[in-house]
Amino acid sequence: MRDFSYVRPDAAAEAVRLVARSADATFVAGGTDLLNLMKDGAEDHALVVDISRLPLAGIEESGGRLRIGAMARMADVALHPVVPKRLPLLSQALLASASPQVRTMATIGGNLLQRTRCWYFRGTGFACNKREPGSGCAALEGRSRWHAVLGGGDHCIAVHPSDLAVALRALDATVHTLGPDGARTVSLADFYREPGDTPHIDNALRHGELITAVEVPLPPAGTHQRYLKLRDRATFEFAVVSVAAVLRTRGRIVEEARLAFGGIATQPWRSAEAEAALRGKPLTERNIAAAGRVLVRDAQPREDNEFKVELVQRALQDVLGRYTGGSR
Amino acid sequence: MPEHSRRNVLKSGGAAAAAVMAPLPDGPRPVTAPHQVRQAAQPKAVTDLTLEVNGERHRLEGVEARVTLLDALRERAGLTGAKKGCDRGECGACTVLADGRRIKACLTLAVMQDGRSITTVEGLARGERLHPVQEAFIRRDAFQCGICTPGQIMSAVACIEEGHTGSEDEIREWMSGNLCRCSCYPNIVDAVADAAKAVR
Repeated sequence: MRDFSYVRPDAAAEAVRLVARSADATFVAGGTDLLNLMKDGAEDHALVVDISRLPLAGIEESGGRLRIGAMARMADVALHPVVPKRLPLLSQALLASASPQVRTMATIGGNLLQRTRCWYFRGTGFACNKREPGSGCAALEGRSRWHAVLGGGDHCIAVHPSDLAVALRALDATVHTLGPDGARTVSLADFYREPGDTPHIDNALRHGELITAVEVPLPPAGTHQRYLKLRDRATFEFAVVSVAAVLRTRGRIVEEARLAFGGIATQPWRSAEAEAALRGKPLTERNIAAAGRVLVRDAQPREDNEFKVELVQRALQDVLGRYTGGSR
Repeated sequence: MPEHSRRNVLKSGGAAAAAVMAPLPDGPRPVTAPHQVRQAAQPKAVTDLTLEVNGERHRLEGVEARVTLLDALRERAGLTGAKKGCDRGECGACTVLADGRRIKACLTLAVMQDGRSITTVEGLARGERLHPVQEAFIRRDAFQCGICTPGQIMSAVACIEEGHTGSEDEIREWMSGNLCRCSCYPNIVDAVADAAKAVR
């Protein structure tokens, strides 16, 4: 790790001011991603502003919404009394993430801002437009088993690695931020960016802007929620493919299916077309398969990750199939 | 006649290096006590900090901001129990408790832990009396080369405290942040299950 300066201000506004005024400053919360990025040389900062002790760790339920402070630790959110009961999807996604030690350290805000695990991004010996704009993308012609089949392009096919973000996408969460221009709210649907020709920009945050809270509407009682994470070993691994589902049915008929996918795309992925393919129809094996085909219609797989196109459809069938009551 | 081993040599080296930050005796305290009202914090590349390690207060002076908690423990406090395996949060050999909760000491800066209470494997035994988890690891032969063992033991202490020892599967899941290259997992799981009964 290169040398840097460190400061731990007492207030969020002061933290924002300190980062905003210098281009090579950043925030640290849990530190579990930033330290690795700096050790690997994928990121380099002259000033690190510690926000981990700011009073932003509260978890509160009110008006049918759960507000989770950005500094709340993954472990504390996963096991908060309201979460396993009302947002089991969130709890499942968090407990499927990382390791118990990292979940004790890592924050909700930081989790959403973790950088891609693309080995060409982390390994500084390779061309990477995300790490060094304009340098090229080694993944396009390289080993792409872990890369995206949707949402990529000629400049970047790196996958966003967060399980939490996939769950929150399905739950229609919003992100509260504080920046140099004040506080604002961004829907998670508008938070992540497709790489386009600026893959170094991961999300909608401006320099010096920090996440203060995540707000999740609580689904009505009786809503099915499930997170399925497929990975190369039983646990402590990133997703090859993951599916987050929020499903409301009346009898056999799908009233609402909110589906988000991890591991297959450059950002936590929602497909309005796949959801529309299920809405108002009986939940049957056949209709789920039709939704799966719509989901991957525009997929651009490569040799190493072609299996994901099939795998994600099977994963969707697995997640929703348990609610069909055997209807084919 | 003292027995010389690699461990003793490392420890005596650590003790020499740690001379400037030996546990503070009762008496004068540093002028900047944590309770004092601070001016707006100023960024610093080198800083002084205080850790309570295994019940002893350690004042660490002139610590670069980039020093991890793991390096501070090993190289400044002379406590080499927490191991540096991968230095990327993947292996768990550096697991320690911070304010009673398990963390990976390689993934946090020492300065971020200023004022916190840290427990390392050296802090588990009471004199000659081993912690029940340490005893269980010996009884169950839950290690081979031993380099992951301090991290496994610290993680197991927390895993038991958290109540995640209801079944073999649960132990495996909640101990998954600690890798063992010798693959001693069956014996580790047995040791954690035994210790959970002994502790509860």
